[in-house]
Amino acid sequence: MLNHGSINRRRLLRVGGGSLVAATIPTTWAIAQAKPVKVGLMLPYSGTFAQLGENITHAVEMLVAEKGGTLGGRPVQFVRLDDESKPEAGPQNAERLVKKDNVDVLIGTVHSGVQMGIHKVVRESGTLTIIPNAGNNDVTRSLCARNVFRTSFTNWQPAYGMGLALAKKGVKRAAFITWDYAAGQESGAGFKEGFEKGGGTFVRMLTLNFPETNFQPLLAQVPGLDVDAIGAFFAGGGAVQFVKEYAAAQLKPALCGAGFLTEGTLPAQGKAAEGIETALHYGDNLTGAKNEAFMKAFRAKAGRDADVYAVQGYDAAQLLAAGLDAVKGDLDNEAGLYKAMRGAKLESPRGPISFSDSQNVIQNIYLRRVENGLNKVVGVAVESLADPGTGCKM
Amino acid sequence: MSAALLSQLLNGLQYGLLLFLIASGLTLVFGVLGIINLAHGSLFMIGAYIVFFVVSKVGSLWIAIPVAVICGLALGALLERFLFRHFYDREHLDQVLLTFALILIFEEVRSLLVGNDFHSVPVPAILDFSVPITGTFSYAAYRLFVIAMCLVVAAVLFYWIERTKMGAIIRAAAEKPEIVDILGIDARRIHLVVFAVGAALAVMAGGLAAPLTSVYPNMGSGLLIISFVVVVVGGLGSVSGAFWAALLIGLIDTLGKAYGSSLVSLPLGQVLAALASMSVYIVMVAILLFRPTGLFGRRA
Repeated sequence: MLNHGSINRRRLLRVGGGSLVAATIPTTWAIAQAKPVKVGLMLPYSGTFAQLGENITHAVEMLVAEKGGTLGGRPVQFVRLDDESKPEAGPQNAERLVKKDNVDVLIGTVHSGVQMGIHKVVRESGTLTIIPNAGNNDVTRSLCARNVFRTSFTNWQPAYGMGLALAKKGVKRAAFITWDYAAGQESGAGFKEGFEKGGGTFVRMLTLNFPETNFQPLLAQVPGLDVDAIGAFFAGGGAVQFVKEYAAAQLKPALCGAGFLTEGTLPAQGKAAEGIETALHYGDNLTGAKNEAFMKAFRAKAGRDADVYAVQGYDAAQLLAAGLDAVKGDLDNEAGLYKAMRGAKLESPRGPISFSDSQNVIQNIYLRRVENGLNKVVGVAVESLADPGTGCKM
Repeated sequence: MSAALLSQLLNGLQYGLLLFLIASGLTLVFGVLGIINLAHGSLFMIGAYIVFFVVSKVGSLWIAIPVAVICGLALGALLERFLFRHFYDREHLDQVLLTFALILIFEEVRSLLVGNDFHSVPVPAILDFSVPITGTFSYAAYRLFVIAMCLVVAAVLFYWIERTKMGAIIRAAAEKPEIVDILGIDARRIHLVVFAVGAALAVMAGGLAAPLTSVYPNMGSGLLIISFVVVVVGGLGSVSGAFWAALLIGLIDTLGKAYGSSLVSLPLGQVLAALASMSVYIVMVAILLFRPTGLFGRRA
């Protein structure tokens, strides 16, 4: 009810302003600008991914604070919603933010299943949405939308970089092991494409059901494949166990993969992870003033070290700031807003980033090697890698 | 026998024996107490976390596992005495709700005490090597140790159930509860002991598995489901049934996974591979159809 009231008042002022002399126009401007931008943060604040959601939130708040608490001249009001990483509640939660809380912008989320729920809702409502983590390819491919941007990655990107770097290193034959679910298949397909592009022969994809961790039957097949390297996509507990079992089986082929294989899991993987090469858009020893300042500020705010999720959240806010600055806070100027965001060239802690036509982030994919419990950047697998955005029609 | 097949058989054996430790407690508790304990998987998780905690403080798995087993016995006894005892005469739905609530409580307490991170438990130095099985594939010595430990526990359990007086009473309580009443045996003591032992077995399985699987939230839930398959295939309440069923399920699951994906190239390969991945459940359905009381079930 209150919202209806304020909208009516704004309309009234606008109509009134139009009929009045030019001197009153600045007054109506001032009123429109004073109204805060409502930013919905739909992220996991409980459950396995709680820390990812919190790190993203810290980073978003940090960027807004750096900008003096305003974006495009308007103050920012946050509405937090814990999505609990529950896909079944995804559409309902997104509806609540969009319809009930009337957010102007939605930043979310981590879990790709929940992302599909958000996507369904915001494609209809047209709410500006920035994805700070979930990597499902489709959201910026066949299901792309002009109001949806992504500052994290597609599952394809890091895996493609790994495959390509591997082939360029001279590895001739490789196979891939993953869970048989969307993210695993997308990652595996990216690895295969990159590896074949570099001239390698992709032998086979080995899968097990998500989220099973009985890896031994798959590992026992590895010697029979006659490959020089095994790529893998696992995350969290699955990644911990897979890496340990792979090491214990003393298999000849080198293990590598998309960065999530060793991201946030190194303390638990211990020496089994040493020497594993992975590809990701961030690493533990990235140099550069931007990253160092970011790391320091994040530690001061959150009380713990920044990670790739914090970087993605920070860039989601940077992208929003770039858009709002360009249209001076006028969210009704959709064309101008989207154009500015698509054209944004941002200085991210991970390096320079920009955006492809399907509005997914273009970024360096770094090659990292695990050394002394850190994912050390040892080179660039692919510079400024854009997702192909296959099937995206805006 | 080919080397690859040998290593797959070892995998199946090790997996099956670990399943037996979990399923034996599940089947005993169901057989004697008539309770379907959904929280049995949580006990597995608790065992893993106890071992993680003790190893991080004391640094020795050889102390951690006995500590975990003792904690498991105590926890089982407390649960039986103060909760389950009051539910024997209630409907199955009430019992299921109780054990489901326990899952949520255990997970929440775990989250409050140790958080939601993944932890790793180091393999003891003396077992931290791999045994070459073939020229290109090695088997972690700790896995062989787990196989040996499970076999020892299975032997002790069989002796206890089949050869001791208390074992005879337990078997009687599982098969003909009214006999136990007629003989004037204190059924409450039997219930307490069975539940405590069942809990300790799950806790021990979690402790043994901790160095293999790492320690993480909800780690017992997947194993609980497959353990129920073992209990159904083996026959409700039968420990020897659980043993053979666990080996059978462990082998079928492992071989299905190992060779399922190589079926893809055959005609109808996708279908065959999909069937292979659910082979365990197909076996369960077949058993339910043709031998509803399970392989070793004696009670209709």
